[in-house]
Amino acid sequence: MNEKKRQKAAVDQNFCVACGCCVKVCPVSAIEIQKGIAALVDTAKCVGCGRCAKECPASVIELREVSA
Amino acid sequence: MKKRWYDYLWVLSLTYLILGFFNILFAWLGLLCFFIPLIISVSQGTKGYCNRYCGRGQLFGLLGGRFGLSRKKDIPRFMKSKAFRYGFLIFFFLMFFQMLWNTYLVFEGAASLKQVVTLLWSFRLPWHWAYHGTLLHPGVAQFAFGFYSVMLTSTVLGLITMVLFKPRSWCVYCPMGTMTQLICKVKNHKM
Repeated sequence: MNEKKRQKAAVDQNFCVACGCCVKVCPVSAIEIQKGIAALVDTAKCVGCGRCAKECPASVIELREVSA
Repeated sequence: MKKRWYDYLWVLSLTYLILGFFNILFAWLGLLCFFIPLIISVSQGTKGYCNRYCGRGQLFGLLGGRFGLSRKKDIPRFMKSKAFRYGFLIFFFLMFFQMLWNTYLVFEGAASLKQVVTLLWSFRLPWHWAYHGTLLHPGVAQFAFGFYSVMLTSTVLGLITMVLFKPRSWCVYCPMGTMTQLICKVKNHKM
């Protein structure tokens, strides 16, 4: 099996302020703010572009390698 | 991405700040920035205001993003801690109540109207040019001066952290943001 490594965005929900900046910049609408508490990434949709991580004012989003 | 009407609310935030230089009574309009987020969080349990309608956040995003007035560095770790965020919220509230108390004193006739805007809770800027008298009680004007002080102070703080860190760094410690998130946590039984 040829195992590919892919990057996916992950939110540290403990420190997320739920401002929604990440939602605005996501090109594939893969992030949503859940109940005004924290952002959650839909890893099935996430293409790992990193725009949300760059935009996040609290810098609580990072790209992690996951095996696809 | 297609722009919606609410993506232009930064125009209102900017207009608000400018109007305060001409007639301080416009400061009362700033109450909208207090009540709308609260109403949305209490009624719907979301941070819809921050997520969509916050003109101030958009203004910082525009200045720091498109106009490049931000270093785009990570905010210090302590500033995103709960202690700092809730601490700032409490401090902000104390200052707010002090402002309300000063307004009350003017309404009661125990103090006279002070035509100053207090920046960063300490620097008293003369602002008499923006007051031309009113048919209403001087207390109405006192509240306007006080409320405009709150709005200008938070804008200045937001601009400073915008330049130093990321454009919307203000959102990390914005008292309204912290408070609405807290309301959402309570309302959605996450606390």
